[in-house]
Amino acid sequence: MVFGRSERRGSKAPAEPVTLKILVAGGFGVGKTTLVGAVSEIKPLRTEELLTEASRPVDSTRGVEAKTTTTVAMDFGRITINEELVLYLFGTPGQDRFWFLWDELATGALGAVVLADTRRLENSFAAVDYFERRGIPFTVAVNCFDDAERYPVEHVREALDLDGGIPVLLCDARQRESARDVLVSVVEHAMRIATRTTAGT
Amino acid sequence: MADHWFDDAAGPVVRPYAMTRGRTRSGGTDTQLDLIALVIADGADDADGAEPGALSAAEDKLLADHSFVPEHHDIVVLCRRSPLSVAEVAAELDLPVGVVRVLIGDLLESALVRVTRPVPPAELPDESILREVINGLRAL
Repeated sequence: MVFGRSERRGSKAPAEPVTLKILVAGGFGVGKTTLVGAVSEIKPLRTEELLTEASRPVDSTRGVEAKTTTTVAMDFGRITINEELVLYLFGTPGQDRFWFLWDELATGALGAVVLADTRRLENSFAAVDYFERRGIPFTVAVNCFDDAERYPVEHVREALDLDGGIPVLLCDARQRESARDVLVSVVEHAMRIATRTTAGT
Repeated sequence: MADHWFDDAAGPVVRPYAMTRGRTRSGGTDTQLDLIALVIADGADDADGAEPGALSAAEDKLLADHSFVPEHHDIVVLCRRSPLSVAEVAAELDLPVGVVRVLIGDLLESALVRVTRPVPPAELPDESILREVINGLRAL
């Protein structure tokens, strides 16, 4: 637990750090947890959410009968930027039937990464759609698997029918620098959007 | 109605919530705690030369109250060491987020912890903060 400050102190509490989050979405097995692990200062942690009466949407009781569907795991990591800023990375649950959990994750998110695999590009359609519709800034990062054919980013942009402003880049989710560049791209994109919005009003 | 709770699938759902006495919400909070809200247990006064992170006698007494479970105590001790997000508390205690939210809500109600409010939804943080994040990431 590195928080960069000593704990022994009296009643005077320091200012608490601001916490931010970036989501890492994409199809099953595309490398979300790998990317989180590559940049996180802690080993990716796993948190589970149980589907209870309270959290289950009324229209999706079908398919919840099975025991295996009662927990949803989310992996997450942490990057302490400085004493005042902590960035959390959340891997979204891969299965489509847990979309309603995305809403909670996406609330207040700074932005998102959509990880894509060119061999199964269609698996990232849903995530692209989700963030587009909610106006959440995102970057598409093509995880270059060793045995996958390389395509120019423009082909990926076309195949995903992305608006020209959305960054698309190639990455290796295992590499710290590469994963870091993906995150930088998300924040830069979020900043462009923020500037555009303020300039427009 | 009752047999509803005794089928195979009920096991993993019911057991953790026994800790919250079946509650899925706590009286202490109206709004759902964000996953990245930081839970902070402020240190006891150092005057008595207590161990860092040790609970004060008053806190000990409060937590010994039978309405609290050992996990409440664990949360206070964990968050006294350093502020932890709700997600981290859940991962550390290996409990579902929903359960941890209720427990933290109880502690809030008894003023044993404080919780920070993350950036409000639908509001991007300040440009200066974003710039700081970018610089911080680049320095990784």
